[in-house]
Amino acid sequence: MKKILKMVGLGTVVLGMSMVWPGTGQADEKQNQVLNKIETRHEMVWGTKADTRLMGLMNIKTGKVEGFDVDVAKEVTKLIDPKAKPVFNEVTSGTRIPLLRNGNIDAIIATMSITPERAKAVDFSKPYLMAGQSLLVKKGSSIKNIDDVNHQNVTILGVQGSTSVEVAKQKAPNAKVLALSDYATALSALKAGQGDVLTTDASILAGMAAEDKHLQLVGGVFTEEPYGIAIAQDNPALVKKINRALAKMRGDGTYDRLVKKWFGQVPGMDWKELTKS
Amino acid sequence: MMHLISMYGVDFLTGFGWTLLSSVIALVGSLILGTLFAIIEVIPRPVPHYIARLYIEVLRNIPLLVITMFFYIVVSGIFKINGFVSGTIGLTLYTSAFIAETVKAGIYAVPTGQYEGGRANGLSWWETMRMIVLPQAFKYVIPPLGNQFVNLVKNSSVLAFVAGFDLMYQANQISQTTFDTFNPYIIVGILYLVITLPISYYMRYLEDKLAREG
Repeated sequence: MKKILKMVGLGTVVLGMSMVWPGTGQADEKQNQVLNKIETRHEMVWGTKADTRLMGLMNIKTGKVEGFDVDVAKEVTKLIDPKAKPVFNEVTSGTRIPLLRNGNIDAIIATMSITPERAKAVDFSKPYLMAGQSLLVKKGSSIKNIDDVNHQNVTILGVQGSTSVEVAKQKAPNAKVLALSDYATALSALKAGQGDVLTTDASILAGMAAEDKHLQLVGGVFTEEPYGIAIAQDNPALVKKINRALAKMRGDGTYDRLVKKWFGQVPGMDWKELTKS
Repeated sequence: MMHLISMYGVDFLTGFGWTLLSSVIALVGSLILGTLFAIIEVIPRPVPHYIARLYIEVLRNIPLLVITMFFYIVVSGIFKINGFVSGTIGLTLYTSAFIAETVKAGIYAVPTGQYEGGRANGLSWWETMRMIVLPQAFKYVIPPLGNQFVNLVKNSSVLAFVAGFDLMYQANQISQTTFDTFNPYIIVGILYLVITLPISYYMRYLEDKLAREG
């Protein structure tokens, strides 16, 4: 009994230490270990959002995540390894890169724009959705575009770890910026009047506007920030396979069908704009 | 780590300032409120006793984050309060419930003879409480109060959830801008110690001093 307890204790310590040191020591390990893992386990673990309507949202009735990101992930998994089963883990803008670098997930498909800074920490596939930043306000707000935001008495709401917060700081240096922990909190904060405008990708805001009649998108899309699938560094074979899968989906019409399925009905949004590569 | 400090030193210091400010306000506020509700609870009448019990049990048994979110999302619809204020109010109310319990225990720990002696000498209930019972009660509760204050400073990290600009908020922001998920939290951990360790030591000093004085 004592021996078992000792082993459990040691295991906990080792586990704890491996969690404390994220990402280190990855460079000197073998290449392509993520792809090997997927092919031996027949399981691909994806990090998706679970709070973002149209992209990745937890359906409370079924307990499953649904959305465009999830559908793309399912198709890509099928094309990489027909026998593999896609598994979905919830991530937020703040947790996704640490989780990927830690090895908790194999790939991120979670409304993640390709940026040079992120590309230093992870590897990206080719873009799979042409996203861009927009503004969400309460109906009747005096804010009509990004220029109206640049005033001292305006508070911008965003989400920690998203690029839109940085863009907002550059485009509207006079305004105050508050970064909340997730989109649900940020949306509640907008409704409660904690801020005047919520900014992030149009595809995410569209889901919020579809949910609540008192909110609307304004100012159009003012940045080009395509979404990509992120993979831990040193996995070139997996990146190549994902890119090939995406190209195949675009070629055989699966891709257009999925974009239309999720974004075809959103008022004021041209779904074809999203398919640009 | 040096690189982080030179680049984001201002942000860490800003966070430190907001955490310290929130902690000081909540510490003073919760000590006053907590003592007040402890006294109300020991009033030998059922109505004030149960009002105090309700206050303590409700606030003590709801997660701090829920109380804070309530003020940030719901109450802010009526009174305009920002994340920092909501968080500090939440922290004050939550801690006051624990302090009330602690102070009440201190009051009960004072021998009943003290109370009876006061009343027998013609002091009113309130005079007995204020001049005889409470001064002795506080000697008993100094060590557990110290624990509450240290907890309060640590719990102030709840501000991060409502964009209160505190240490934890800054650490989240910095780690997500730099993708360094380790060092910002180490620095912030040290800065929390800068606040909590002096409290611990001061409380220990007070405890020793009071023990010597008997």
